Amino acid sequence: MTVAPFPTPLLKTNDLLQRDYAAPRDRFDSAWEATLSTLLGLGRAAGADFVEFFLERNNYISCQAEDDAITSLSPRLVTGAGVRVFRGQADCYVSTNDLTFNGLKAALDKALAIMGLTLPGPHTNLAEINLELLRDYATAKGKDDWLSQCSSMQEMGDVLLAANGALGQKANHVQSRRAVYFRDWQEVLVAASDGTFARDIRLTQSVGYNLLCADGEHRSSIGQRAGDTSDPAFLRQWDYTTAAADVAESAGKMLYADYVESGSYPVIMANKFGGVIFHEACGHLLETTQIERGTTPFIDKKGQKIAHESLTAWDEGLTTDAFGTIDMDDEGMPAQRTLLIENGILKNFLSDRAGSMRTGHPRTGSGRRQGFTYAAASRMRNTYIAPGDYSLDELFASVEKGIYCKQMGGGSVGPTGQFNFSVSEAYLIENGKVTKPLKGATLIGEATEIMDKISMCSNDLDLAAGFCGSISGSIYVTVGQPHLKVDSITVGGR
Amino acid sequence: MPTIQDIAAYAESSAKKLGIVKYDVYGSSVDETSVQVDKGDPKQVKASNRSSVIVRVWNPDGKVGVTSTSDVDPLGMDLALQTAQEASAFGVDDHIPDFSPEAVAPTADVQVETVPPAPVGDLISTLVDAEKQLLAAHPAIASVPYNGLSQRSIDRFYLNSAGALRQEARSYASLYLYSKTEQEGRKPRSAGAMRVNRGLPLLDIEGCLKEATEKTISHLDYNKVTSGKYRVVFSGEAFLSLLGAFSNLYNAQSVLDNRSLSTVNSLGTVVASPLLSVYDDALHPENVSAETFDGEGTPTRRVPIIEQGVLTQFLHSAGTAKRMGASPTGHASIGAKVSVGPSYYQVLPGVEASTEFSLATAENVIFIDDLQALHAGVNALQGSFSLPFDGWLVNGGDRTSIESATVAGDFRELLKAIVHIEPEAEITPGGLCPRIWVDALSITGEG
Repeated sequence: MTVAPFPTPLLKTNDLLQRDYAAPRDRFDSAWEATLSTLLGLGRAAGADFVEFFLERNNYISCQAEDDAITSLSPRLVTGAGVRVFRGQADCYVSTNDLTFNGLKAALDKALAIMGLTLPGPHTNLAEINLELLRDYATAKGKDDWLSQCSSMQEMGDVLLAANGALGQKANHVQSRRAVYFRDWQEVLVAASDGTFARDIRLTQSVGYNLLCADGEHRSSIGQRAGDTSDPAFLRQWDYTTAAADVAESAGKMLYADYVESGSYPVIMANKFGGVIFHEACGHLLETTQIERGTTPFIDKKGQKIAHESLTAWDEGLTTDAFGTIDMDDEGMPAQRTLLIENGILKNFLSDRAGSMRTGHPRTGSGRRQGFTYAAASRMRNTYIAPGDYSLDELFASVEKGIYCKQMGGGSVGPTGQFNFSVSEAYLIENGKVTKPLKGATLIGEATEIMDKISMCSNDLDLAAGFCGSISGSIYVTVGQPHLKVDSITVGGR
Repeated sequence: MPTIQDIAAYAESSAKKLGIVKYDVYGSSVDETSVQVDKGDPKQVKASNRSSVIVRVWNPDGKVGVTSTSDVDPLGMDLALQTAQEASAFGVDDHIPDFSPEAVAPTADVQVETVPPAPVGDLISTLVDAEKQLLAAHPAIASVPYNGLSQRSIDRFYLNSAGALRQEARSYASLYLYSKTEQEGRKPRSAGAMRVNRGLPLLDIEGCLKEATEKTISHLDYNKVTSGKYRVVFSGEAFLSLLGAFSNLYNAQSVLDNRSLSTVNSLGTVVASPLLSVYDDALHPENVSAETFDGEGTPTRRVPIIEQGVLTQFLHSAGTAKRMGASPTGHASIGAKVSVGPSYYQVLPGVEASTEFSLATAENVIFIDDLQALHAGVNALQGSFSLPFDGWLVNGGDRTSIESATVAGDFRELLKAIVHIEPEAEITPGGLCPRIWVDALSITGEG
């Protein structure tokens, strides 16, 4: 056993040049401790209240098959870091591609300067920040080999070509067919002046179809995607035969569909991606980012009823394999399960570090970002409405004339709580029965009004993968819900 | 960031080492600072200096592989070229991209002023002052939840192993102010404005404030609108956002992919009212994002897309132009599959209109100022749209803000239903466009 000398508690700033700060370029691990603890110490010595470094390596590849050829195979390699400096309630974020000690120090210097601070001069005693033992989620959970276990370029091409072939066999009136796949491997390291020191590897994959059918003036386009966060074998296990049959069936039904007649209707929203209604109408409005801006009607409603008593909703990062699952957020905090609404009562908001500091709501492991060019912000993870007690038949039986929204497109919510989302596959409900297909519907409403109109939830909760764009970029999320009934909503159409 | 000459040298050295004879590189370096404020204090300041390149490598079989990277030092370039070389084994067999035949042709002689970045303190004080003025403009304006002032310097380049080497530098500054109102017993309302120019000193801050104030106040008096068919007037910005959403209509790559509302035979056909002409002109003096070459090194130029209602030309890359017997138009972005996109629109009246239209006298007309959620409500492959909007019901010059509504239709039908194009164009970040009058569009309100 060897015993290392007790480290010097203070470092003279003019000694920095003599220190060896060469950290490994191809891996983020505890070898980065000296570099980052020194930089954090520099930031604190300059007068910053809090300093955080976020390091990222990214190995991304996308592949696309069109008809019977691979038409795009695009690898992307990214490295970078961001430093966030807090002084009082204000913060500053500076990002760089340069991960050398001097590159990171230059970014820190810039951030400090913006906040009116300067790096300590020569001969200053510098207390390095004592970081915790590295919390290495990647190694602890066996993720270090994930990248090498993923599909090769050859396999990507083979699977997508086979999948597109299957789609060609299943669909009619095909104008174009695409199978698309991406793999996003990301290694991150977070170190902060409160001692946070954590590493993780995330592996996000998605595969799906985009089908365009045309017959004269009739057209339909249907997209479908599956997503996963932790299975290197995801692509090779994709059941493209079933997916092709589903997409072909939907496109066939929508090809000759009538445009929806606009008006106000009761609607039944399908499970899985139907959860976008909650994501847009409520989820975003429970992020502390919105409290800070004053753009949520729920700002002072914690503990109060904001939704129908039948509605309970969660946001969490723990569900195995779900698209928004994370072991830790991008501020190094372990993910958790956060109860948002219980039987209509608002229980919690989603908070990141800055949001917690500025609003007082506790952090929930929700600080997320697309990559190193963004500061983390409070964002959703896997967000869903809990299952209810009704059967699907009971939901339909309660509707005399309405609309069944089977597949949703995207949506958005504005600063006053007005939300909207599109329906890519819809059907008319007449006397409790699904009758003819409809297309071209957009649903709009007010968050504060719609939440009280979700009156029935069935017992068939399911989740779906999605992408969410907001202040800290585009991130992977899950939406979800059981089938549910909205008593009345405005449907825009022709 | 290394200089372009450094990157060229790294690429040449790496290529030689890897036995790569043919390659090209497109890259950029961005230096950016942005600020946001909240009730008089800076809320978040962001700065970044980042660079990236995309390399294409042709293997001995003539197939192409691509990789992009943010590591532009010698090691990073080595890895990028090596990965692209590996990817080239899976490159397409048909219609393999090649260097643009115009990659060494002269570019337009455009003198672009670059403005040095302003100190961060100036950005903050300017935005704090703008926020203060907006909050003071009307008692109902309670906050400016979305605001930002940013400046950006960009250096971009293209080089290839056949000797092409282009580079240019640009600078931009942008300001957006988006205010929100609160009134007892009334729903909150919001509106905003944005300005872009080459640098902070050139930004029209007063104009942005005035527009944000006027729009916000104009939405205080709101009401529901009855669903039905209306004559609709699109602001220049709203029309351009629709035009951009349906750009597959004149995108050659979309046409060749069978993912367009047009076919290869559509050139020369009537696609719009003869009142409408549309050009794409990256070099227009009002385009602060003007670029003299595209991602393949092809010089940019003014391209007529629709003239007096007739589809006259597609936007091309080098590859689509070759396949369709045309010339590249300077609209390419390189990648494993080269994509094509517009630069800066110029919408003009086509044939002379015989009827006068005016918002000062029109009855029961809907003026759409801003379309929302285009990512969700546009089905570009079907030609249909159903979109929420900000706008007013106009009667004899009186405007009543519309509370919550959607406009829906088919874009091809909309183009043919244009009944008037006003003579004066709005200058927007995406192009120049006058107000466009369209007959009989479906509006769905809660009334």
